[in-house]
Amino acid sequence: MMSPADAAGAGRDERRPSTLAALRAILAKDLRVELRTLQSVPAMALFAITTFVLFRYGLDRESLSGGLAAGVLLATVLFAAILAVNRLFVAERDEGGFDAIRLAPIDGSALLGAKAAALVIYLLVLEAIAVPAFGLFFLDSWSGLAPLLGVLLLADLGLAATGVLVSSIAANSRARDLLVPLVLLPLLVPVMIAAAGASQELLAAGGPSYDGVAKWLAVLAFYDMTFAAVGFAVYDYLLED
Amino acid sequence: MADATSVQRRADPATPPASGYAVELSGVWREFGDRAVLRDVTVNVPAGRTLVVLGPNGAGKTTLLRILATLLRPTVGGVSVLGCALPRDAWRARGRIGLLGHEPLLYRDLTGAENLRFQARLHGLPGDGVEQIRALLDRVRMSRRANELVRNLSAGMVQRLAVCRALLHDPELLLLDEPGSHLDPEAAALVEPLVGPAPGRTRVVVTHDVDAGLAEANLVLALRAGGSVAYAGPASGLSAGDARAIYGGAP
Repeated sequence: MMSPADAAGAGRDERRPSTLAALRAILAKDLRVELRTLQSVPAMALFAITTFVLFRYGLDRESLSGGLAAGVLLATVLFAAILAVNRLFVAERDEGGFDAIRLAPIDGSALLGAKAAALVIYLLVLEAIAVPAFGLFFLDSWSGLAPLLGVLLLADLGLAATGVLVSSIAANSRARDLLVPLVLLPLLVPVMIAAAGASQELLAAGGPSYDGVAKWLAVLAFYDMTFAAVGFAVYDYLLED
Repeated sequence: MADATSVQRRADPATPPASGYAVELSGVWREFGDRAVLRDVTVNVPAGRTLVVLGPNGAGKTTLLRILATLLRPTVGGVSVLGCALPRDAWRARGRIGLLGHEPLLYRDLTGAENLRFQARLHGLPGDGVEQIRALLDRVRMSRRANELVRNLSAGMVQRLAVCRALLHDPELLLLDEPGSHLDPEAAALVEPLVGPAPGRTRVVVTHDVDAGLAEANLVLALRAGGSVAYAGPASGLSAGDARAIYGGAP
């Protein structure tokens, strides 16, 4: 038999938005704010280009290939991503967004999914700028770049799944700018190893090679799914005080 | 034509909790580290009534509201809101509570209208709550400024938008922390009917205005600095002088 509290909430349950609807609302809000303020993506892109210039003159090499090329590209994307991860929950923390979202009858995983989706979009935009720039700065042949996009996408998903968790944990800490890289970088070591393993084959001198790429992609996919599952399992608890 | 209030009120008033109390606090303590900010608070608020919370700075009033809003867990004690035991059933209470606190809970880089549409979507209001938003903005006379970024509005205008945000989903329990903050007399007069008593609505109001608070209260919870209870009971049982005494004589 329905309790009075259940009855009271029953009408509200009918209008409780689905997790997907809530996710879309939060993602749309985040993208609108980013388009309006341009706080994350331009900084990431500028950082990436500057880093390429530093590598170009620091390494004193006009072209790179194999593991070195993969390392330069992935390290640049990773550190640029940290800029966005640090800012991911700034509005939620500073403007009461956490409270406003928690007062709504939605699942916490909607916030997790929306922030992860926003981070993936930021990374894709970054890579749309950074990968061609990387090609211009360092590559003799661009033939490995198309398959490299698949590797980057899987790496982005892992970065987003892990980054959102770390960012939300660090959001209410005074040492958050320090915490994010200190916690996130060790967690991302498997992503970097797998992404570098796949990328060095695709950026090999003399054209892309596909030996062993599937193995590394499988590692990346496994990591992505693991951290996505962990995030969805624990996120409601993380949001509580 | 239906006015804003009738648009806003529920067509089907919610069934009151089995106990008849919309808010039940039993021996509630809240500590931050070693410091207790609420000490052994016990009070029950019948559905549809107004509890006014009085107390000096540091008495734990805002902490109490955050516990009732499901945003903070009590360290010790039982809390039930709208028949939902907290924190276990917080998910069932959310969406039925409206909070107007010190922070407006509005994004500064969105317009007022965008903020309210976002809230409407989070609360699953039909048609993204366009009708409710229009009615509320009209009531607080913010329709003409609704498309400006929140960061460009005055504190009073932001507070009026925050009132709209808190009421948009027509909450059964309204938690108000100094609702008149930043409002000039004209704006306060616009807001008062919106956040005042209404059929089927339970209110918990934090205020430092003893006379106004006692005038609108059915029940009073008076907290001392440090979070202990000085008085919890009917408003008729507490004189204005006794209420002022908890502030050390000067509220």
